[in-house]
Amino acid sequence: MTTRESEERPSPALRAEALEQLLTERKLIDPKVVDSMITEYETNVGPLNGAKVVAKAWTDPQYRRRLLEDGTAAIKELGFSGPQGEHIVVVENTATTHHVVVCTLCSCYPWPVLGLPPSWYKDPAYRSRVVKEPRTVLAEMGLDLPEDVQITVHDSTSEVRWLVLPERPPGTEHLSEERLVPLVTRDTMVGVAKVEAP
Amino acid sequence: MDGIADMGGTDGWGPVRAPRADEPVFDQSWQGRAFAMAILSSRLACGGPNPDAFRHALERLDRAAYLDDGYYGRWLNGAELMLTESAFLAPGALEARARNLRGEHVEEPPVREPVLPDYKRTATGSLRTVNTEPAFAVGDRVRAKDISPPGHTRLPRYVRGHAGVVDVIQPAAVFPDTNAHFLGENPQHVYSVRFDSRELWGAKAEPAMVTAELYESYLEAIA
Repeated sequence: MTTRESEERPSPALRAEALEQLLTERKLIDPKVVDSMITEYETNVGPLNGAKVVAKAWTDPQYRRRLLEDGTAAIKELGFSGPQGEHIVVVENTATTHHVVVCTLCSCYPWPVLGLPPSWYKDPAYRSRVVKEPRTVLAEMGLDLPEDVQITVHDSTSEVRWLVLPERPPGTEHLSEERLVPLVTRDTMVGVAKVEAP
Repeated sequence: MDGIADMGGTDGWGPVRAPRADEPVFDQSWQGRAFAMAILSSRLACGGPNPDAFRHALERLDRAAYLDDGYYGRWLNGAELMLTESAFLAPGALEARARNLRGEHVEEPPVREPVLPDYKRTATGSLRTVNTEPAFAVGDRVRAKDISPPGHTRLPRYVRGHAGVVDVIQPAAVFPDTNAHFLGENPQHVYSVRFDSRELWGAKAEPAMVTAELYESYLEAIA
Protein backbone atom coordinates (compact mmCIF):
# COMPACT_ATOMS: atom_id res chain seq x y z
CA MET A 1 0.00 0.00 0.00
CA THR A 2 1.30 3.45 -0.82
CA THR A 3 0.80 6.47 1.42
CA ARG A 4 -1.25 8.06 -1.29
CA GLU A 5 -3.78 5.21 -1.27
CA SER A 6 -4.21 5.29 2.47
CA GLU A 7 -4.81 9.04 2.47
CA GLU A 8 -7.63 8.68 0.04
CA ARG A 9 -11.05 8.60 1.68
CA PRO A 10 -12.80 5.26 1.10
CA SER A 11 -15.48 5.50 -1.57
CA PRO A 12 -19.18 5.65 -0.64
CA ALA A 13 -19.58 2.15 -2.10
CA LEU A 14 -16.92 0.80 0.25
CA ARG A 15 -18.32 2.70 3.21
CA ALA A 16 -21.80 1.36 2.48
CA GLU A 17 -20.38 -2.15 2.55
CA ALA A 18 -18.54 -1.37 5.80
CA LEU A 19 -21.70 -0.01 7.43
CA GLU A 20 -23.68 -3.06 6.41
CA GLN A 21 -21.03 -5.36 7.91
CA LEU A 22 -20.84 -3.38 11.15
CA LEU A 23 -24.60 -3.30 11.65
CA THR A 24 -25.23 -6.87 10.50
CA GLU A 25 -22.57 -8.51 12.67
CA ARG A 26 -24.18 -6.89 15.73
CA LYS A 27 -27.63 -7.89 14.47
CA LEU A 28 -28.73 -4.26 14.39
CA ILE A 29 -30.07 -4.64 10.86
CA ASP A 30 -31.11 -7.61 8.77
CA PRO A 31 -29.70 -7.57 5.22
CA LYS A 32 -32.91 -9.24 4.05
CA VAL A 33 -34.84 -6.17 5.18
CA VAL A 34 -32.41 -4.02 3.19
CA ASP A 35 -33.02 -6.26 0.16
CA SER A 36 -36.79 -5.96 0.50
CA MET A 37 -36.69 -2.17 0.80
CA ILE A 38 -34.63 -1.97 -2.39
CA THR A 39 -37.03 -4.31 -4.21
CA GLU A 40 -39.98 -2.26 -3.03
CA TYR A 41 -38.69 0.90 -4.72
CA GLU A 42 -37.07 -0.78 -7.71
CA THR A 43 -40.14 -2.77 -8.70
CA ASN A 44 -43.33 -1.95 -6.78
CA VAL A 45 -43.43 1.76 -6.03
CA GLY A 46 -42.73 4.05 -8.96
CA PRO A 47 -44.24 6.55 -11.42
CA LEU A 48 -46.52 3.88 -12.88
CA ASN A 49 -48.67 4.38 -9.76
CA GLY A 50 -49.01 8.08 -10.46
CA ALA A 51 -49.71 7.41 -14.15
CA LYS A 52 -52.65 5.22 -13.15
CA VAL A 53 -53.99 8.03 -10.96
CA VAL A 54 -53.67 10.54 -13.80
CA ALA A 55 -55.25 8.29 -16.45
CA LYS A 56 -58.19 7.61 -14.16
CA ALA A 57 -58.65 11.33 -13.47
CA TRP A 58 -58.63 12.01 -17.23
CA THR A 59 -61.35 9.45 -17.93
CA ASP A 60 -63.51 9.66 -14.79
CA PRO A 61 -64.69 13.22 -14.02
CA GLN A 62 -65.96 12.25 -10.57
CA TYR A 63 -62.60 10.71 -9.67
CA ARG A 64 -60.84 13.82 -10.97
CA ARG A 65 -62.99 15.97 -8.68
CA ARG A 66 -62.24 13.75 -5.66
CA LEU A 67 -58.53 13.77 -6.54
CA LEU A 68 -58.34 17.56 -6.61
CA GLU A 69 -60.38 17.86 -3.40
CA ASP A 70 -58.58 15.22 -1.34
CA GLY A 71 -55.57 13.83 -3.15
CA THR A 72 -54.48 11.48 -0.37
CA ALA A 73 -57.89 9.75 -0.17
CA ALA A 74 -58.39 9.51 -3.95
CA ILE A 75 -54.88 8.09 -4.40
CA LYS A 76 -55.54 5.58 -1.65
CA GLU A 77 -58.65 4.41 -3.54
CA LEU A 78 -56.24 2.95 -6.09
CA GLY A 79 -54.23 1.29 -3.31
CA PHE A 80 -51.33 3.73 -3.15
CA SER A 81 -50.14 5.01 0.24
CA GLY A 82 -47.07 4.76 2.43
CA PRO A 83 -43.96 6.67 3.46
CA GLN A 84 -43.74 10.25 2.12
CA GLY A 85 -47.42 10.13 1.21
CA GLU A 86 -49.14 11.14 4.42
CA HIS A 87 -50.83 14.14 2.83
CA ILE A 88 -50.71 14.52 -0.95
CA VAL A 89 -52.16 17.59 -2.65
CA VAL A 90 -52.91 17.36 -6.37
CA VAL A 91 -52.78 20.44 -8.59
CA GLU A 92 -53.96 20.56 -12.17
CA ASN A 93 -52.00 21.92 -15.12
CA THR A 94 -54.08 23.60 -17.83
CA ALA A 95 -53.46 25.65 -20.96
CA THR A 96 -53.04 28.77 -18.80
CA THR A 97 -51.81 27.50 -15.42
CA HIS A 98 -48.65 25.51 -14.85
CA HIS A 99 -47.57 23.92 -11.57
CA VAL A 100 -44.08 22.59 -10.89
CA VAL A 101 -42.79 20.94 -7.72
CA VAL A 102 -39.46 21.18 -5.88
CA CYS A 103 -37.95 20.68 -2.44
CA THR A 104 -35.31 23.35 -1.93
CA LEU A 105 -34.32 22.05 1.55
CA CYS A 106 -33.77 18.37 0.73
CA SER A 107 -35.57 16.30 -1.91
CA CYS A 108 -39.08 15.68 -0.56
CA TYR A 109 -41.13 13.84 -3.17
CA PRO A 110 -44.43 11.89 -3.17
CA TRP A 111 -42.99 8.37 -3.00
CA PRO A 112 -46.25 6.36 -3.11
CA VAL A 113 -47.18 7.76 -6.53
CA LEU A 114 -43.79 8.57 -8.09
CA GLY A 115 -41.28 6.35 -6.30
CA LEU A 116 -37.88 7.77 -5.39
CA PRO A 117 -36.84 11.07 -7.00
CA PRO A 118 -34.70 11.17 -10.16
CA SER A 119 -31.20 12.71 -10.27
CA TRP A 120 -32.26 16.05 -11.73
CA TYR A 121 -34.79 16.61 -8.91
CA LYS A 122 -32.12 16.03 -6.24
CA ASP A 123 -29.50 18.13 -7.98
CA PRO A 124 -28.53 21.50 -6.43
CA ALA A 125 -29.09 23.28 -9.75
CA TYR A 126 -32.78 22.34 -9.85
CA ARG A 127 -33.32 22.83 -6.10
CA SER A 128 -31.76 26.29 -6.11
CA ARG A 129 -32.96 27.70 -9.40
CA VAL A 130 -36.53 26.60 -10.03
CA VAL A 131 -37.93 28.87 -7.28
CA LYS A 132 -36.08 31.86 -8.73
CA GLU A 133 -36.25 31.40 -12.49
CA PRO A 134 -38.80 28.65 -13.19
CA ARG A 135 -39.47 29.62 -16.79
CA THR A 136 -35.77 29.51 -17.64
CA VAL A 137 -35.28 26.20 -15.84
CA LEU A 138 -38.27 24.61 -17.58
CA ALA A 139 -37.00 25.82 -20.95
CA GLU A 140 -33.58 24.31 -20.18
CA MET A 141 -35.38 21.04 -19.51
CA GLY A 142 -37.14 21.26 -22.86
CA LEU A 143 -40.47 22.77 -21.82
CA ASP A 144 -41.08 26.17 -23.40
CA LEU A 145 -44.20 27.72 -21.91
CA PRO A 146 -46.03 30.59 -23.62
CA GLU A 147 -45.65 33.96 -21.90
CA ASP A 148 -49.30 34.03 -20.83
CA VAL A 149 -49.04 30.81 -18.83
CA GLN A 150 -49.02 31.51 -15.09
CA ILE A 151 -46.36 29.43 -13.33
CA THR A 152 -46.67 28.34 -9.70
CA VAL A 153 -43.73 26.60 -8.04
CA HIS A 154 -44.52 24.45 -5.00
CA ASP A 155 -41.64 24.17 -2.55
CA SER A 156 -42.22 21.05 -0.41
CA THR A 157 -41.05 22.47 2.92
CA SER A 158 -43.32 20.45 5.24
CA GLU A 159 -44.65 16.88 5.11
CA VAL A 160 -47.21 17.95 2.47
CA ARG A 161 -46.38 16.32 -0.86
CA TRP A 162 -47.43 17.64 -4.27
CA LEU A 163 -48.52 15.74 -7.37
CA VAL A 164 -49.18 17.49 -10.68
CA LEU A 165 -52.16 16.33 -12.73
CA PRO A 166 -50.84 17.06 -16.22
CA GLU A 167 -53.00 18.28 -19.07
CA ARG A 168 -54.47 15.53 -21.25
CA PRO A 169 -52.98 16.02 -24.70
CA PRO A 170 -55.28 16.73 -27.63
CA GLY A 171 -55.80 13.79 -29.95
CA THR A 172 -56.17 11.27 -27.11
CA GLU A 173 -59.95 11.54 -26.71
CA HIS A 174 -60.48 8.08 -28.18
CA LEU A 175 -57.96 6.36 -25.90
CA SER A 176 -59.07 4.23 -22.97
CA GLU A 177 -57.77 4.70 -19.42
CA GLU A 178 -55.53 1.69 -19.93
CA ARG A 179 -54.03 3.09 -23.13
CA LEU A 180 -53.47 6.49 -21.52
CA VAL A 181 -51.39 5.14 -18.61
CA PRO A 182 -48.14 4.61 -20.58
CA LEU A 183 -48.28 8.18 -21.94
CA VAL A 184 -47.95 9.68 -18.46
CA THR A 185 -44.30 10.04 -17.53
CA ARG A 186 -42.70 10.85 -14.18
CA ASP A 187 -41.54 14.29 -15.34
CA THR A 188 -45.06 15.35 -16.34
CA MET A 189 -46.29 14.62 -12.80
CA VAL A 190 -43.59 16.87 -11.29
CA GLY A 191 -44.42 19.57 -13.83
CA VAL A 192 -41.22 19.75 -15.89
CA ALA A 193 -42.71 18.20 -19.05
CA LYS A 194 -46.01 17.89 -20.88
CA VAL A 195 -47.71 14.65 -21.79
CA GLU A 196 -47.34 13.93 -25.49
CA ALA A 197 -49.95 12.22 -27.63
CA PRO A 198 -48.70 8.91 -29.11
CA MET B 1 -29.66 27.12 10.77
CA ASP B 2 -28.53 28.74 7.55
CA GLY B 3 -27.13 25.48 6.31
CA ILE B 4 -25.75 23.96 3.16
CA ALA B 5 -29.08 22.19 2.50
CA ASP B 6 -31.03 25.45 2.23
CA MET B 7 -30.40 25.98 -1.47
CA GLY B 8 -33.45 27.87 -2.70
CA GLY B 9 -32.43 30.90 -4.74
CA THR B 10 -28.68 30.42 -4.38
CA ASP B 11 -26.60 30.96 -7.51
CA GLY B 12 -23.66 29.21 -9.06
CA TRP B 13 -24.90 25.64 -9.52
CA GLY B 14 -24.83 25.68 -13.31
CA PRO B 15 -27.36 24.16 -15.69
CA VAL B 16 -30.01 21.72 -14.51
CA ARG B 17 -29.46 18.06 -15.28
CA ALA B 18 -31.38 16.76 -18.24
CA PRO B 19 -33.99 14.16 -17.26
CA ARG B 20 -33.32 10.60 -18.41
CA ALA B 21 -36.43 8.55 -19.06
CA ASP B 22 -34.56 5.30 -18.49
CA GLU B 23 -32.75 6.38 -15.32
CA PRO B 24 -32.57 3.42 -12.93
CA VAL B 25 -33.89 3.92 -9.40
CA PHE B 26 -30.41 3.19 -8.10
CA ASP B 27 -27.56 3.84 -10.52
CA GLN B 28 -25.19 1.64 -8.53
CA SER B 29 -26.08 -1.17 -6.18
CA TRP B 30 -24.49 0.45 -3.11
CA GLN B 31 -26.92 3.36 -3.46
CA GLY B 32 -29.92 1.12 -2.81
CA ARG B 33 -28.18 -0.35 0.24
CA ALA B 34 -27.28 3.16 1.48
CA PHE B 35 -30.90 4.26 1.01
CA ALA B 36 -32.33 1.38 3.03
CA MET B 37 -29.61 1.46 5.69
CA ALA B 38 -30.04 5.20 6.19
CA ILE B 39 -33.74 4.73 6.98
CA LEU B 40 -33.02 1.79 9.28
CA SER B 41 -30.08 3.55 10.97
CA SER B 42 -32.08 6.70 11.58
CA ARG B 43 -34.81 4.66 13.29
CA LEU B 44 -32.20 2.83 15.32
CA ALA B 45 -30.43 6.01 16.43
CA CYS B 46 -33.66 7.83 17.33
CA GLY B 47 -35.42 4.86 18.92
CA GLY B 48 -38.14 5.24 16.29
CA PRO B 49 -38.84 7.10 13.06
CA ASN B 50 -37.89 10.80 13.18
CA PRO B 51 -37.37 12.19 9.67
CA ASP B 52 -36.70 15.63 11.13
CA ALA B 53 -33.67 14.33 13.03
CA PHE B 54 -32.45 12.62 9.86
CA ARG B 55 -32.79 15.81 7.82
CA HIS B 56 -30.95 17.69 10.55
CA ALA B 57 -28.13 15.14 10.36
CA LEU B 58 -27.90 15.70 6.59
CA GLU B 59 -27.76 19.48 6.88
CA ARG B 60 -24.93 19.27 9.45
CA LEU B 61 -22.63 17.39 7.07
CA ASP B 62 -19.62 19.20 5.71
CA ARG B 63 -19.23 20.15 2.06
CA ALA B 64 -17.57 16.90 0.96
CA ALA B 65 -20.02 14.69 2.85
CA TYR B 66 -23.05 16.66 1.68
CA LEU B 67 -22.17 17.38 -1.94
CA ASP B 68 -19.27 15.29 -3.21
CA ASP B 69 -20.65 11.84 -2.34
CA GLY B 70 -23.93 12.46 -4.17
CA TYR B 71 -27.43 11.98 -2.87
CA TYR B 72 -27.15 8.47 -1.45
CA GLY B 73 -23.61 9.12 -0.26
CA ARG B 74 -25.14 11.98 1.71
CA TRP B 75 -27.73 9.62 3.17
CA LEU B 76 -24.97 7.20 4.14
CA ASN B 77 -22.98 10.00 5.78
CA GLY B 78 -26.08 11.22 7.61
CA ALA B 79 -26.67 7.70 8.90
CA GLU B 80 -23.06 7.47 10.07
CA LEU B 81 -23.39 10.78 11.92
CA MET B 82 -26.58 9.67 13.69
CA LEU B 83 -25.15 6.26 14.59
CA THR B 84 -21.99 7.90 15.93
CA GLU B 85 -23.91 10.45 18.01
CA SER B 86 -26.02 7.67 19.52
CA ALA B 87 -22.86 5.59 20.04
CA PHE B 88 -24.02 2.67 17.93
CA LEU B 89 -20.77 3.36 16.10
CA ALA B 90 -17.53 4.52 17.69
CA PRO B 91 -16.03 7.58 15.99
CA GLY B 92 -14.00 6.39 13.02
CA ALA B 93 -15.40 2.85 13.12
CA LEU B 94 -16.93 2.98 9.67
CA GLU B 95 -13.85 4.51 8.08
CA ALA B 96 -11.64 1.88 9.71
CA ARG B 97 -13.80 -0.98 8.46
CA ALA B 98 -13.94 0.50 4.96
CA ARG B 99 -10.14 0.76 4.91
CA ASN B 100 -9.78 -2.83 6.07
CA LEU B 101 -12.17 -3.87 3.30
CA ARG B 102 -9.75 -2.43 0.77
CA GLY B 103 -6.81 -4.27 2.23
CA GLU B 104 -5.37 -1.79 4.71
CA HIS B 105 -4.68 -2.95 8.26
CA VAL B 106 -6.34 -0.42 10.52
CA GLU B 107 -7.28 -0.98 14.13
CA GLU B 108 -11.02 -0.72 14.62
CA PRO B 109 -12.25 1.15 17.72
CA PRO B 110 -14.11 -0.91 20.36
CA VAL B 111 -17.90 -1.17 20.25
CA ARG B 112 -19.68 1.22 22.60
CA GLU B 113 -22.95 1.13 24.49
CA PRO B 114 -25.66 2.99 22.57
CA VAL B 115 -27.18 6.11 24.14
CA LEU B 116 -30.69 6.71 22.87
CA PRO B 117 -32.38 10.10 22.98
CA ASP B 118 -35.43 10.55 25.19
CA TYR B 119 -37.88 10.30 22.32
CA LYS B 120 -41.31 8.82 21.88
CA ARG B 121 -43.77 9.68 19.14
CA THR B 122 -47.34 10.35 20.26
CA ALA B 123 -48.67 8.80 17.03
CA THR B 124 -47.40 7.49 13.70
CA GLY B 125 -46.53 9.89 10.90
CA SER B 126 -46.33 13.65 11.32
CA LEU B 127 -49.97 14.81 11.18
CA ARG B 128 -51.48 15.75 14.54
CA THR B 129 -54.59 17.35 15.96
CA VAL B 130 -54.17 20.84 17.40
CA ASN B 131 -56.75 22.17 19.83
CA THR B 132 -56.33 25.85 19.01
CA GLU B 133 -57.92 27.53 16.00
CA PRO B 134 -55.59 28.48 13.14
CA ALA B 135 -54.22 31.99 13.69
CA PHE B 136 -54.51 32.78 9.98
CA ALA B 137 -57.27 32.33 7.42
CA VAL B 138 -57.09 31.67 3.69
CA GLY B 139 -56.48 35.00 1.95
CA ASP B 140 -54.71 36.59 4.94
CA ARG B 141 -51.55 38.50 4.19
CA VAL B 142 -48.71 37.18 6.32
CA ARG B 143 -44.99 37.70 6.61
CA ALA B 144 -42.42 34.96 7.08
CA LYS B 145 -40.42 36.00 10.14
CA ASP B 146 -36.92 37.24 9.48
CA ILE B 147 -35.31 34.82 11.89
CA SER B 148 -32.35 32.50 11.76
CA PRO B 149 -33.07 29.61 14.14
CA PRO B 150 -29.83 28.08 15.46
CA GLY B 151 -30.94 24.46 14.92
CA HIS B 152 -33.10 22.62 12.41
CA THR B 153 -35.76 24.62 10.62
CA ARG B 154 -38.00 24.25 7.60
CA LEU B 155 -38.20 27.99 7.07
CA PRO B 156 -36.15 28.55 3.92
CA ARG B 157 -33.91 31.61 3.88
CA TYR B 158 -35.36 32.92 0.65
CA VAL B 159 -38.81 33.57 2.15
CA ARG B 160 -37.63 35.09 5.44
CA GLY B 161 -38.84 38.64 5.86
CA HIS B 162 -41.09 38.42 2.82
CA ALA B 163 -44.84 38.91 2.57
CA GLY B 164 -47.25 36.39 1.07
CA VAL B 165 -50.85 35.26 1.14
CA VAL B 166 -52.27 32.19 2.86
CA ASP B 167 -53.39 29.86 0.06
CA VAL B 168 -54.38 26.70 1.94
CA ILE B 169 -54.56 25.67 5.58
CA GLN B 170 -52.87 22.26 5.57
CA PRO B 171 -53.30 19.63 8.29
CA ALA B 172 -51.50 20.45 11.53
CA ALA B 173 -48.21 18.63 11.97
CA VAL B 174 -45.28 17.93 14.26
CA PHE B 175 -42.98 20.97 14.48
CA PRO B 176 -39.66 19.97 12.89
CA ASP B 177 -37.63 22.65 14.69
CA THR B 178 -38.13 20.97 18.07
CA ASN B 179 -38.80 17.39 16.96
CA ALA B 180 -35.45 17.19 15.14
CA HIS B 181 -33.75 17.88 18.48
CA PHE B 182 -35.99 15.48 20.48
CA LEU B 183 -37.48 18.49 22.27
CA GLY B 184 -41.09 17.53 21.71
CA GLU B 185 -43.56 17.32 18.85
CA ASN B 186 -45.21 20.70 19.59
CA PRO B 187 -47.64 20.33 16.66
CA GLN B 188 -48.71 23.47 14.85
CA HIS B 189 -50.99 24.57 12.09
CA VAL B 190 -49.32 24.56 8.68
CA TYR B 191 -50.11 26.97 5.86
CA SER B 192 -49.33 26.97 2.17
CA VAL B 193 -48.24 30.55 1.69
CA ARG B 194 -48.11 32.02 -1.81
CA PHE B 195 -45.36 34.50 -2.61
CA ASP B 196 -45.07 36.67 -5.69
CA SER B 197 -41.67 36.14 -7.31
CA ARG B 198 -41.09 39.91 -7.41
CA GLU B 199 -41.56 40.09 -3.64
CA LEU B 200 -38.91 37.39 -3.23
CA TRP B 201 -36.40 38.30 -5.92
CA GLY B 202 -37.01 41.90 -6.88
CA ALA B 203 -38.86 43.84 -9.55
CA LYS B 204 -36.95 42.26 -12.44
CA ALA B 205 -37.72 38.68 -11.42
CA GLU B 206 -39.46 36.29 -13.81
CA PRO B 207 -43.20 36.57 -13.10
CA ALA B 208 -44.26 33.49 -11.10
CA MET B 209 -45.80 32.40 -7.84
CA VAL B 210 -43.95 30.32 -5.27
CA THR B 211 -45.73 28.45 -2.49
CA ALA B 212 -44.12 27.01 0.63
CA GLU B 213 -45.65 25.16 3.57
CA LEU B 214 -44.89 27.21 6.65
CA TYR B 215 -45.52 26.35 10.28
CA GLU B 216 -47.61 28.84 12.21
CA SER B 217 -44.76 30.09 14.41
CA TYR B 218 -42.76 31.03 11.28
CA LEU B 219 -45.43 33.59 10.38
CA GLU B 220 -46.62 36.97 11.59
CA ALA B 221 -49.73 38.89 10.60
CA ILE B 222 -49.45 41.94 8.38
CA ALA B 223 -51.66 44.67 9.78
